[in-house]
Amino acid sequence: MSAFSAIDGEGEFDQTSFTPELEPQATWCPGCGDFGVLKALKGAATELGLSPDEILLSTGIGCSGKLNSYFESYGFHTLHGRSLPIARAAKLANDGLTVIAAGGDGDGYGIGGNHFMHSARENHDITYIVFNNEIFGLTKGQTSPTSPKGHKSKTQPHGSAKDPLRPLSMALNAGASFVARTAAVNPNQARDILVEAISHEGFAHIDFLTQCPTWNKDARQYVPYIDINESDEYDIDIHDRTSAAAMMFETEDLLHEGTVLTGRYYQDPDRPSYQQEKMSRGEMPETPLAERYFDESYDWERSYDLFLDRHR
Amino acid sequence: MMQNELIWRIAGGSGDGIASTSQNFAKALMRAGLYVFTHRHYPSRIRGGHTYTEVRVAAEPITSRGDGYNFLLALGDSFARNTSEGAYYGNEQIKPLAENLDDLVDGGVIVYDSGLIDTDDIPDFDAQVAAHGWHVYPVDLRSIAREHGREVMRNTAGVAVTCAIAGIEPEVITELMSDAMPEKILEPNLLVFDDAFESVRSEFDVDAPGIELPTDGEATDQVLVSGSDAIAYGALDEGCRFIAGYPMTPWTEVFTIMSQNLPQVGGISEQVEDEIAAAALAVGASHAGVKAMSGSSGGGFALMSEPLGLAEMTETPVVLLEAMRAGPSTGMPTKPEQADLEHTLYTSQGDSHRVVFAPGDAVEAYEQTRKAFQVAYEYQIPTIILYDQKNGGELQSVPASVFDDDPNPSLGSTLTEAELSEAPHDPSGKFYRFQHEVEDGVSPRSIPGQEGGRYLATGNEHMPAGHISEDPDNRVAQVDRRLQKLAAIRTHLDADAETRNVHHGDAAADVGILTFGSQKGTVREAVDLLLASGTSVEMLGVSELAPFPIEQVRSFIEGVDTAVVVEMNATGQFRGLIQRELGVHGDRLESLLKYNGNPFEPQEIVDGVASIIDDTLEMGGNQPRHVSAAGD
Repeated sequence: MSAFSAIDGEGEFDQTSFTPELEPQATWCPGCGDFGVLKALKGAATELGLSPDEILLSTGIGCSGKLNSYFESYGFHTLHGRSLPIARAAKLANDGLTVIAAGGDGDGYGIGGNHFMHSARENHDITYIVFNNEIFGLTKGQTSPTSPKGHKSKTQPHGSAKDPLRPLSMALNAGASFVARTAAVNPNQARDILVEAISHEGFAHIDFLTQCPTWNKDARQYVPYIDINESDEYDIDIHDRTSAAAMMFETEDLLHEGTVLTGRYYQDPDRPSYQQEKMSRGEMPETPLAERYFDESYDWERSYDLFLDRHR
Repeated sequence: MMQNELIWRIAGGSGDGIASTSQNFAKALMRAGLYVFTHRHYPSRIRGGHTYTEVRVAAEPITSRGDGYNFLLALGDSFARNTSEGAYYGNEQIKPLAENLDDLVDGGVIVYDSGLIDTDDIPDFDAQVAAHGWHVYPVDLRSIAREHGREVMRNTAGVAVTCAIAGIEPEVITELMSDAMPEKILEPNLLVFDDAFESVRSEFDVDAPGIELPTDGEATDQVLVSGSDAIAYGALDEGCRFIAGYPMTPWTEVFTIMSQNLPQVGGISEQVEDEIAAAALAVGASHAGVKAMSGSSGGGFALMSEPLGLAEMTETPVVLLEAMRAGPSTGMPTKPEQADLEHTLYTSQGDSHRVVFAPGDAVEAYEQTRKAFQVAYEYQIPTIILYDQKNGGELQSVPASVFDDDPNPSLGSTLTEAELSEAPHDPSGKFYRFQHEVEDGVSPRSIPGQEGGRYLATGNEHMPAGHISEDPDNRVAQVDRRLQKLAAIRTHLDADAETRNVHHGDAAADVGILTFGSQKGTVREAVDLLLASGTSVEMLGVSELAPFPIEQVRSFIEGVDTAVVVEMNATGQFRGLIQRELGVHGDRLESLLKYNGNPFEPQEIVDGVASIIDDTLEMGGNQPRHVSAAGD
């Protein structure tokens, strides 16, 4: 019998199940794209029939990091850039959990970039939402890794000399097995993509365009947007790396020219997740480790019995 | 020379098999019922560079490297770079002989590979030999090895020559070789052994040095373990089934042992992108209900400051290791030092707090690692094992019974779902994970996936269910509660603190020696030497560094007239800790410091203490260094 009965449990849940009854006043500004992420996530969790007690939502620091303050589930508001290592470990400890990591573009593509690259490479079975508003919001409007070249801010008074980072291309090249972009202004697409990402068995990266009405007034509100999977103008095979790479590159360029492309870019449904890879090598138990500590019948091994003879 | 003690130094280049040969030699003599203790010295290189291991063997229990050594097996560095005299690093080929002569005792033995080393290259070699009465055995080990096998088997030939001279029965070694070596290389090695053993006996007078090592020792059921082995086994026996890390000397040893053993017990090891991730993974795994650890050495541990603080603030149990090496920065990667004490105690922002244990030897490493997990999981606080390249790597024989203990997989102050249903919640259904008023400041935790246990863990200050808050009253209540845990831990540790902060010597002594961590065993031998020479002295070897055993240390210092603090760093960090915690006695804490990359020898401490007691005595040299008391 599981010590974690919320996992695959019987309960019935709807949108309100993921809304704290004593909902704290959100710290987000009116018109902030972050509300769109929260709404899409509630919709996705409901559609997937998840329980608040079987979700671990690990966030970084920034406006985006407040997501788990307003979403009813287990939450871990970690450090700037460190939502992924916490999330990965929790999934390894108990792969019955639905583990979602979230943070901003500075958090995930800047200070946490190393973790992003390696989490994608290893293909952990988690979902990673990056709130991309092309700006540092909570620290009041500094240039971020995705800010367009020439972007002026208090810390880049002469305009950024740097080309912006290419989040989708980076995810694909690092090894993510699911890559998508959506926008806060497109809540239905966002919810559907989140459902697919959470269901995907592997590392699912969603670059989530979230407009910042306070600190990035120059930026577009990401409307109108085009769904590349539905538009006749764009042609992509999301199971083909070359096709995906080309479309990602074009998407990243066009964003700064005023055309907002969104949709599913890449999916490899056949690649085993990291958990599966480790299990197949005998480096991870079939039964979640976390269960063992509550299993009173488990016969715990002793180093004296197993390892000491080699020292005699 | 001492008749009942062999201190055998095998010296060569990295890649010459020094580590494995010395380990087999030590184990063979341990099996013969003797007590053994090893000391390693090696460079940060894969091939070449002067390296040696000392194997000290005695009929009585020993707790340290010895004073100098009495038997040198100089293999020569077969991977030497430039062998010309004016080379930047000198002639490396002869270093294993030339650089080891200073510490060889009078009347000692030199065996060297005449196939590789020409003593004409060593200035004044013959004069030194005559002056010190050394017994020299030039043997062409390389030719013997080549004749029966491969050149690397020179070390087996050298061991055989050692046995012939030290009076060790060949079977003691060859039986162990049969256990340790695969069939393919065993046969040539046995031929090399026999040939070298016989030829040295026929060509030289092997009895001249007069070494009579007892081979019928009384010690039974011993195991040869390092501090790194003991830490790993302590963790496994506490139910630790998750480790995350990034390679760095010398912490890599524990990481390797755990990674090799964990799959056998259904555990998980993760080698990750950096040390920030490593510590964060351990925190994440512990948060999700697994007993977890991580660790590194100085520079890598610096990267762990962030997740360490997160673990403190979210009250996530975790055990971290800090395996010190000489710093600052990259420092001397393979050399021991105790200069990360302050780094370990104080790193991470805010009024941060943690528990730190510094075990002295392998037995303490096992017991204190177990205690570290118990404290971490019961009190929901990061706990650090502070050790170093010395006690992490030195092998010693200890009774196997030390490890014959029950496993303890308890998650400590963690609730089951049944208990959670009775626990307080807020109206949203969030569990009050961080209650204000709780015994010992410990508020029980839930684990993700448990029904009715959801809450928010956050590095921000937070209210009982985890909501971020800057409310002044809540802030004070939460800070005070978290600090209350430290007082509770101190009380918990007081029950058997004297098993970790160990007294040894004359309880009525006027002279006291204080030390911590890996120096405990060496100071113990120094105390025995001082007592034997009529100096009344007592030591206090401290392992509990935070929360500090203030009363125990205070009472020790107040009981003596002179207090000497022995530590392996340049700035007297342990002395500073004592002054900080006690607030007094800075006017009488004398420091004995060593920071040249080599751990203390017992006699150095004896000489240092003697010169501090008696102004007319000089210590000589600049290491160790005496720094006088400077006041508070």
